[in-house]
Amino acid sequence: MKLNAKPNRADTAFHGAAIAAAALVLLILALVVFTMATRMGPVLDRMGLDFFGSRRWSPADRLFGALPFLWGTLYTAVIALVLAVPVSIGVALFVTQVASPRLRKPLVYVLDLLAVVPSVVFGLWGVLVLAQPIQSIYIKVHNAVDGIPVLQSIFGASPQGRSFMTAGIILAIMITPIITSLAREVIDTTPTPEKEGAYGLGATRWEMIRAVVWPHSKAGIVGAVMLGLGRAMGETIAVALVIGSSIGQITTNAFASGNSMPSVIANEWGEADDLHKSAMIGLALMLFVITIAVNLIATAVVQRSKR
Amino acid sequence: MKLQAARIAQVITLGTLGALSLVGCSKKDQPATPAATGSAQATAPATGGNATLNASGSTFQKAFQEVAIESFTKANSTIKINYGGGGSGKGRQDFADMVTDFGCTDGAYKDEEKAKVKGGEFVYVPILLGAITVSYNIDGVDKLQLSADTIAKIFQRDIKKWNDAAIAADNPGVTLPDLDIVVAHRSDGSGTTQQFTLFLTNAATSSWKLKSASTIEWPADTQAGNGNGGVAQIVKSTKGAIGYVDLPDAKASGLKYASVKNASGKFIEPSSASAQAAGDGIEVQADLTFVAVNAKGDATYPITMPSWCIVYTKPADKAKGAALKRYFNFMVTDAQKMAPEIDYAPLPKTLQDKAIAAVAKIEG
Repeated sequence: MKLNAKPNRADTAFHGAAIAAAALVLLILALVVFTMATRMGPVLDRMGLDFFGSRRWSPADRLFGALPFLWGTLYTAVIALVLAVPVSIGVALFVTQVASPRLRKPLVYVLDLLAVVPSVVFGLWGVLVLAQPIQSIYIKVHNAVDGIPVLQSIFGASPQGRSFMTAGIILAIMITPIITSLAREVIDTTPTPEKEGAYGLGATRWEMIRAVVWPHSKAGIVGAVMLGLGRAMGETIAVALVIGSSIGQITTNAFASGNSMPSVIANEWGEADDLHKSAMIGLALMLFVITIAVNLIATAVVQRSKR
Repeated sequence: MKLQAARIAQVITLGTLGALSLVGCSKKDQPATPAATGSAQATAPATGGNATLNASGSTFQKAFQEVAIESFTKANSTIKINYGGGGSGKGRQDFADMVTDFGCTDGAYKDEEKAKVKGGEFVYVPILLGAITVSYNIDGVDKLQLSADTIAKIFQRDIKKWNDAAIAADNPGVTLPDLDIVVAHRSDGSGTTQQFTLFLTNAATSSWKLKSASTIEWPADTQAGNGNGGVAQIVKSTKGAIGYVDLPDAKASGLKYASVKNASGKFIEPSSASAQAAGDGIEVQADLTFVAVNAKGDATYPITMPSWCIVYTKPADKAKGAALKRYFNFMVTDAQKMAPEIDYAPLPKTLQDKAIAAVAKIEG
């Protein structure tokens, strides 16, 4: 019997099918980019590079500038990460290192359940339950930090119930289970002998986590956070409901209402004319490019920390 | 891990895009007409034969379409009608792409859009009129009068307090509180926004600067709500709030609304009757499109919006053609009586005659 036997028909067919499937994904991706790039032509003709740099979005004046929505997308995503990352890593460490096995199973189950709640549910909860009462908390926070540089520009004046901050909070709730669940799996792969070794040398649990678990899991956790970031930037309906939908806002005041790229598309697509639609396709393409960039950066970070 | 991360992120991205593309091109199944239709039509032409009509469009009309369809299909059990809503823009797009059998819209096609209507000649059939209220929430003020200029200044945030001199001038004898005004508008692109701002553009020429469109560049210190219901909710739950809400939603939410100064200088309360009066004071174009805001007449409510259904005059499917003709006839005749019950305005006589003539052009 030869080891280099001629592949049989099933093998050839499988080989072809696998390549076709892989090629199909790339083809779809390429077509999506191509279609969007062509259909954003009209808005580039009208606005030129101002489409990326202008703050004005006024369909009545035929002016479309993407900058405020880009700002809204990035700002809400950053708020979400700031809130979600410490919690997620804490929960992941608790589940893997601290919780007793009896507590661990139901906890993991609940976390995974949280990850599959449809985003519109969070959005509706945000707008119907959270947005009203949270405004009074915002006002207290604003009064507390008033006069302190930096903080007063983040927790700024005349807080709105539906704002960057509320959208950030909703996003944080949505991405926490994702980051937690991925981080947990990464942390779980820390070899037991190394952990036992650290304990053997007299390390406390915290010292063990810092010396063994963290270096081992760092790259994976960064990847998990980037995934969360990707989800936060692309989230549409939940954000559209709670961000407040005001046009043209670029401000560091997290308590002001604003808008994000996916949210403005969801809100305005239905009644838009051709140029307006073209502008929104432009937004979609920008979002697409940014998401890819985030992924590439994530990959690079993971690679570097592996070395 | 890294690969998984990249993959999931890609899925998320594609998901976003997928959702986007779905917005524009959700093709409904065109139901096949059963072979028996021809003979059924021959033996019982009165019923219009078996047919399923699909339609989408104006959410403003949705409540009316629901009662009209229910009552029509009770009498014509062989005809089934699905009205999908989705907004006027979607109604026009779906109809132009021949995804639906008819569409309903609060605005006409623009010239460049008209060229993309694939099914040949079509007619605009006026269906009804409706009032857009300027609803407000001030304790102790049950009657409020506003002129177009004042409304424009309020919505542009030139006026920020309820006891402003301009508002007081419209309301002699009324004590207005020293209360901040909170402006509520639509977060979604909307025909209601378009009509409301069209009113301000026409009636408050010197004060209104934000023009008319389905989405407006509102000042940043305003609140946005999704749909008429969303704006109504903000007005209802916020002291000092003001927002534009269509009459059925304003009534359903129990809001107070202002009387608005019309072209004859009279302050008129929004109602089915005052919106219908607007239909008498308008100039109707040859294709039956018209502008209903700021219409002439003493009893006219000035922020009145029209709504049409659009249908091809030569539907490819004969059975559908017959069914369409029957349903459109019903909408512009018997169904008109139902409109006031749900706070819409029926067509005034002059306009109704023109609508009936337009329906007669449908070959069925």
